[in-house]
Amino acid sequence: MASLNDYLLVSGLLFAIGLAGVVMRRNIIIMFMCLELMLSAANLSLVAFSRFNVTPTGLPDYNGQMMVFFVITVAAAEVAVGLAIIVALYRARQTIHTDELTSLKG
Amino acid sequence: MPSYLFWLFATLTLLGGTAVIAFRNPVSSALSVVACFVGLAGLFIGLSAFFVGVIQILVYTGAVMVLFLFIIMLLDLKDEEHRTHKIAPIAAGLVLVAAFAIQLVGVLSKPLPNQTAPVLNQNTLSAASANLVQTGQITETSKIAEALNAGQLPDVHLIGHTLFTGYNLPLQILGVLLLVATIGVVTLSKRQAE
Repeated sequence: MASLNDYLLVSGLLFAIGLAGVVMRRNIIIMFMCLELMLSAANLSLVAFSRFNVTPTGLPDYNGQMMVFFVITVAAAEVAVGLAIIVALYRARQTIHTDELTSLKG
Repeated sequence: MPSYLFWLFATLTLLGGTAVIAFRNPVSSALSVVACFVGLAGLFIGLSAFFVGVIQILVYTGAVMVLFLFIIMLLDLKDEEHRTHKIAPIAAGLVLVAAFAIQLVGVLSKPLPNQTAPVLNQNTLSAASANLVQTGQITETSKIAEALNAGQLPDVHLIGHTLFTGYNLPLQILGVLLLVATIGVVTLSKRQAE
């Protein structure tokens, strides 16, 4: 039986991988995918806490899974809007490489 | 969940996540995300969160990643494979991950309370049913009580119960958010009039 620490370790490592991807990669689509990885890592720790929490009834704590439900829904909306922005950006600039998007660079 | 299944799905998740960064081709990265999310759904189901596991597959690997692949196909990203990686972002990423991992080890080195999950078997589930009936949250003839007394965890029913009793207002706000997102996407993707 895996312990709470094991789940939190996997969750933390997945978050670190997502963070590294956002910093390392210069392709906006891949950076966006890494953001999704980070959100999912947070979901994993929420579900683990929900299962390991001792509630009066002995059932898993469903308040944590509600949070996961809302995170997944908001993430889906975020993906739709984000990808629309990326397509609009590509139409305007013909690139999605962040090194070439330097309008704000001083 | 048996230990070996946990480590199998955890390995699949972490390898998938690493492959997202390692692959140069965006399509390979997207498929690695799919592998990562399938492993994650396995972990969710191992935590008795069946609904969340199914939603993870349906929404993330089913809808979101197909949307990603669709956009990757729509944009012409041929030049991505010929780029050389710069050293500064890679170094920054590695330092960040190292710092994060050290913190993680520091936090997790001493065991947290609640190390073992509460047991879910016939006895504890029947007791939970009695408790829920006693506190007036469900009636004795409800589907939740029936399933709990039969020794099953009615995950979807319990989530629906929590969602529509405790989280009704956030659910309505979520509906508005989805509507706003839909309108926003339509507006954004409309071709600008010259």
